[in-house]
Amino acid sequence: MTVQLLERRATQPAAAVKMAIADCDIHPSPKSMEKEVYPYLEKRWQRHLETYGVRPRQGFANGPAFPKGQPDASRRDAYPPNGGRPGSDLDFMRQQHLDPYNVQLGILNPLRGGQGVQNGDFSAALCRAINDWQIAEWTSKEPRLKGSVVVPYEDAAASAAEIDARAGDTNFAQVLVLSRTAEPLGQRRYWPIYEAAARAKLPVAVHAFGYGGFPVTGGGWPSYYIEEMVGHAQCNQSVLTSMVMEGIFERLPTLKVILVEGGFAWLPALAWRLDKVWTRLRDETPHVKRPPSSYIRQQVWVTSQPTEEPEPRRHLLDTIEWMGWDRLLFATDYPHWDFDDPTQVLPPRVGEQQRRQFFMENARAVYGITG
Amino acid sequence: MIAIPPGGIDCDIHPAVPGLGALLPYLADHWRESVVQRGMHELESIAYPKNAPLTSRPDWRGAGGLPGGDLDQLRAQALGPFGTSLAICNCLYGVQLLFSEDLAAGFASAINDWVRREWLDPEPRLRASIVVPVQNPEMAVNEIERLAADKRFVQILMLVMGEMPLGRRHYWPIYAAAERHGLPIGIHAGSGYRHPVTGVGWPSYYSEDYANQAVAFQSALTSLVCEGVFAKFPGLKVVLIESGFTWLPAHLWRLNKFWRGLRMEVPWVDRPPAEIVRDHVRLTLQPVDSPPQHEQLERLMEHMGSDAMLLFSTDYPHWHFEGTQALPEGLPGALIHKIMVDNPRATYARLTEALA
Amino acid sequence: MSRHVIAATRDLPPGGRRVVTIKGRAIAIFNIAGEYFGLLNRCPHQGGNLGEGRLIGLVESGEPGDYRYSRPGEILRCPWHGWEFDLRSGRSRCDPARIQAKCFAVRVAPGEALGEGDYVLETFPVTVEENYVVVEV
Repeated sequence: MTVQLLERRATQPAAAVKMAIADCDIHPSPKSMEKEVYPYLEKRWQRHLETYGVRPRQGFANGPAFPKGQPDASRRDAYPPNGGRPGSDLDFMRQQHLDPYNVQLGILNPLRGGQGVQNGDFSAALCRAINDWQIAEWTSKEPRLKGSVVVPYEDAAASAAEIDARAGDTNFAQVLVLSRTAEPLGQRRYWPIYEAAARAKLPVAVHAFGYGGFPVTGGGWPSYYIEEMVGHAQCNQSVLTSMVMEGIFERLPTLKVILVEGGFAWLPALAWRLDKVWTRLRDETPHVKRPPSSYIRQQVWVTSQPTEEPEPRRHLLDTIEWMGWDRLLFATDYPHWDFDDPTQVLPPRVGEQQRRQFFMENARAVYGITG
Repeated sequence: MIAIPPGGIDCDIHPAVPGLGALLPYLADHWRESVVQRGMHELESIAYPKNAPLTSRPDWRGAGGLPGGDLDQLRAQALGPFGTSLAICNCLYGVQLLFSEDLAAGFASAINDWVRREWLDPEPRLRASIVVPVQNPEMAVNEIERLAADKRFVQILMLVMGEMPLGRRHYWPIYAAAERHGLPIGIHAGSGYRHPVTGVGWPSYYSEDYANQAVAFQSALTSLVCEGVFAKFPGLKVVLIESGFTWLPAHLWRLNKFWRGLRMEVPWVDRPPAEIVRDHVRLTLQPVDSPPQHEQLERLMEHMGSDAMLLFSTDYPHWHFEGTQALPEGLPGALIHKIMVDNPRATYARLTEALA
Repeated sequence: MSRHVIAATRDLPPGGRRVVTIKGRAIAIFNIAGEYFGLLNRCPHQGGNLGEGRLIGLVESGEPGDYRYSRPGEILRCPWHGWEFDLRSGRSRCDPARIQAKCFAVRVAPGEALGEGDYVLETFPVTVEENYVVVEV
């Protein structure tokens, strides 16, 4: 008798995706800092990293402020078979993610690129190295992937210089900052970043997370990881409030801002509230010339993940209707644990045109990538 | 315009402390002398700048510009025009901002006694929240115990932002006292300003501070649920005051979603957070951060998933609407009586209890 | 309903797991301390492969601060969003009444019995001396 065990490698997605999609939030990691990033990092900073570590604005040397729900905050099935962290192996990413889901445009958002570390010079050096690394290991090898210019955002001049240096480089689709910064991102100290991004015709993506040194809530530090995770949507609301009320959109009418990985269902209610507050208190912010919602409607996009899951799910369609189907960019957050599967993410009975907008056309429009 | 049916219960009005001097007769000797000797300033909070348009409707400003500063004015502006049968006074003097626990406790007592004497005694339509020194839960409990027998005090007042998130065990003695006496915890917009009002640092503008109050309520609700406050105190009710409510459905969708995957971190949360919130949490009506179209508000009320959660409020004298248009267009007709009368009665048992 | 032989018991020892495809359906089979369990390899939430999830214990609580740990290894956590499923019932922890992973009966049969009855052997080598893991689908 012959042996035929009824096995299969259990990594393919549940259903193949026919429609070409854009995934606006993919997280790559270096296989090893020494092999992949050190070639772009001066010896001095290599030694610094080994001697002092990265030193973010939180206390743990080897991990996040709150222990995550899963190792590396990653899908358990996203560890490459040849070893390494999830998101560190291009071939495996193609096999597990890009090919089966028909991802034709994937935006890379490196999260440990030196952003927000306390030492400003080190932060700038690391960001520069991570940008070089994205080209060398990812975008030059895989045309479907586009990088993000990571910047040492607490030093706006250094950030602007890095953006200027990458302007016109088609390896990059956007500038990336994190949401939790030393001051709210609308404030003047960050404006050179937005000016440089507008000059380079690159959208600015504000990805949830980071450590600005303040509690994740206005009322102090919570106890649990679930609270921090839920709290990223609150932080994104505060960031958007700051950007609108400081007048960034009025000042830079070509600037595009994308809020990443904070969900999106909060957006309509925030816009309503901002309009109401602005109507009442507008003499305080004369530089904000139009209702906040009108800036948001024209210059702000949100990625979908983690998509809220109301019951019944059709309630979400009301919300998307209120914000506009053209504001929403699909994102999976691969390889992280709160990944959204494109075959499951939308409630049933969404029209063909809306699906095309959501999965591809909005992304092409915001990134200016024709296809 | 939706007419206000008479007999409603207004769950958030703000009588104003006219000045430190008004509290002097109610302060203990040491504190009374301290106020004078140290030249203490008024405890008004930056949460409501005195002359900001939001702080008082123009037609509600009194002669001295102080809205809600005297009883006759409040009767004429806040009670009469709305046909209000009962109204709950939430005094927003900045006791919660003080750093000395003892001073805070002294001022909290003075304010409560002042409210009792100057507002509750002369006006039978008024009820009040107990101001407590949140800085020290033990002292807060003492203040609750001192006043709980007076059934005109119907709630305990806290601010949405303090030293630490409101679900933390540090605060539980206050919640135990609240449950014991059938007093809901009223969480009002505002901050002790121990931290920036946002999770991303201090904003530049008051407009941001006020807009971010709704964000802070989201975080506070997360904390109350995840810390298991309602598992520990199943009889406790929490009222979010001047919180806005249009943010609630989206927030609960998100909280529910994360709970499904992370519930082993907080195993005492043994059912979906949205269910817990619908059972234990109420929100006052104003400000209505209303969508531009009435149909949207109708849809949103469906997203709320409960008709028991909203409690009528004018938020007098804060400026959220004109005339008596406190009920927003698009509010389903069937909800109006519930919001005006039934829900407040169900929330505040003391409103229907005979007064001692 | 048919019975499918998927492995010799020695090839699926305690702590072992295997994903098999039967009648077009991927099924994750687990051996927990000598007991076998089968679940459809697809999370009812978004379709994560349950066969790649971790096995954890059940954490319950009487009140905040109280963690009651039991049934180590009997709760399967989806590798994607971390939803928990009871291997014995397929019921989810977050919404046991409405959200369930489909369960399949798995048992052990001696090799000598496999010649009789309606076992589906595919092309599987069977000897009478060994025991086999059988799934009902």
